[in-house]
Amino acid sequence: MATLSPAPHLAPRLDVLDARRVRAEFPIFERCRHLPLIYLDSAASSQKPRAVIEAMAGYYETCHANVHRGVYGLAEEATGRYEQARAAVARFIGAPSAREVVFTKNATEALNLVAFSWGRANLRPGDVVVLTEMEHHANLVPWLMLAEQVGVELRYLGITDDGHLDLSGLDAALDGAKVVALTAMSNVLGTLNPVRRVADAAHVAGAVVVVDASQYVPHLPTDVSALGADFLAFTGHKMLGPTGIGVLWGREAVLESTPPFLGGGEMIRDVRLDGFTPNELPWKFEAGTPPIAEAVGLAAAVRVLEGIGMEMVRAHEIALTSYALRTLDARFGADLVVHGPRASAERGGVLSFSFKDLHPHDIAQVLDQSGICVRAGHHCAKPLLRRLGVSATSRASWYVYNDESDIDALAQGLVACSELFCL
Amino acid sequence: MPGLEDLYREIILDHYRNPRNRGELACPPARRAEGFNPLCGDEIVVYLVVDAEGRVSDVKIGGQGCSISQSSASMMSAAVKGRTLDEVRALNRAFKALMTIHESRLEGDEGDGSGTDTPVPDPAVDLGDLAALQGVVRFPVRIKCATLAWNTLTNGLEELAQPA
Repeated sequence: MATLSPAPHLAPRLDVLDARRVRAEFPIFERCRHLPLIYLDSAASSQKPRAVIEAMAGYYETCHANVHRGVYGLAEEATGRYEQARAAVARFIGAPSAREVVFTKNATEALNLVAFSWGRANLRPGDVVVLTEMEHHANLVPWLMLAEQVGVELRYLGITDDGHLDLSGLDAALDGAKVVALTAMSNVLGTLNPVRRVADAAHVAGAVVVVDASQYVPHLPTDVSALGADFLAFTGHKMLGPTGIGVLWGREAVLESTPPFLGGGEMIRDVRLDGFTPNELPWKFEAGTPPIAEAVGLAAAVRVLEGIGMEMVRAHEIALTSYALRTLDARFGADLVVHGPRASAERGGVLSFSFKDLHPHDIAQVLDQSGICVRAGHHCAKPLLRRLGVSATSRASWYVYNDESDIDALAQGLVACSELFCL
Repeated sequence: MPGLEDLYREIILDHYRNPRNRGELACPPARRAEGFNPLCGDEIVVYLVVDAEGRVSDVKIGGQGCSISQSSASMMSAAVKGRTLDEVRALNRAFKALMTIHESRLEGDEGDGSGTDTPVPDPAVDLGDLAALQGVVRFPVRIKCATLAWNTLTNGLEELAQPA
């Protein structure tokens, strides 16, 4: 990744993201019933810029029809907008072809598509699937289901005490492996995993590499070829886009060897009473009327992120993460334990922490009184939390609209928690 | 938005900081029941000894969780100790009624309750400290925290009804 050259003599700094200006583009921050919204839960779902909201409304107001069906001009236009969205997403993740971009409902559905369609067609009883201990349930449960239904063997890469992937057992785990499925960035620890290194080793072993990039694509410049993935899943709503649309990218050859997932309209070329012929890529995987307005919204989100620049997004989040680690450390010392890597260059803008003996529920409740939104719970990663020895954590996460003042508010809110419970 | 003082009453914080009847009991003679809140990972263990006259002669609470689940468990342990099983069941019903109180009643509109399944609190049952938890209903996601201990106790009592 290219680094930004510091230019402190320039005013205003053009190499630094101006979060205040970005925030002005997000109508939700105008919501000020009692106190300003301090949104620190973008790892769960990001807020939406006006450009996305208006693109979706504009689509419905001016050019909605069903796609790939009508011969009339309006339907052509809607189909064009939908396929342009696919091209925008392909460009955004460095996909060699838009044929490799499949729209799904969300990242979870994308991962289920891989496990059930590719998995059932290509895996036999006793075949090995390698996962990691830090996976989100979305990249665990489909494989657990496959273990029950097909009898595949699951192996896990563990984590080190500082929250990195433990690669010491990688070679042994890969022996006989057919699939390696891992997250590019942990939604709990923030850890950025060495996907390329794991993928190269997996390919030598003859395994297919499935990457859960739900926390990665929204926050870092992404090039699917550079990552070495065969499949890559992410979701629209965590990257300024709408809910209801996710993406599965797959290498063309691998997608070709994957049977259809859901059956119905759109995904077929021909249907007879005794059988069917599936459509070509990518429509073979898009049964039924797809999320058209959502695709238009996602394309608008991609344009917003490209406008800011993904390297700028990453640099901003590294800076905020460093500031947060410094601030919380200075204010609370050993009373606040951050789970995951300490170096902000090795992690994304997701900070899970334990604070004194306070329960995350209580922390999130008290912070809410100051308008601060953080997540409390197991973050859909129960095996990881068990490994960390906690039943729940508090998690703050940031994005392009957050700045240092949000971190300061969080620290102030934690002081209020501490005072209320007298701990 | 309801204020924090509705949720974190002083008596609740007191039970959280100084939980009553915390610990374990040997099983048998005690019965042990476990309850989980899968959403937040809260866990309650209730140890219960019922004597020959059908009275809760001893109770201990284990597990971990948030201030609401822990203080509710602590208050429950104090409330049921020394009570007959019938009295415990009446307390349980009254507490559940407190936790499902109809929203219109929160707004001061008593209503006649007709056409709803809302349990009506029994005025004859004195909830004591437990009444302090009534503010929890204004924070719907926390109701499960408050009722976890009682649901666990109910499971334990059902098991008691079965032959050992």
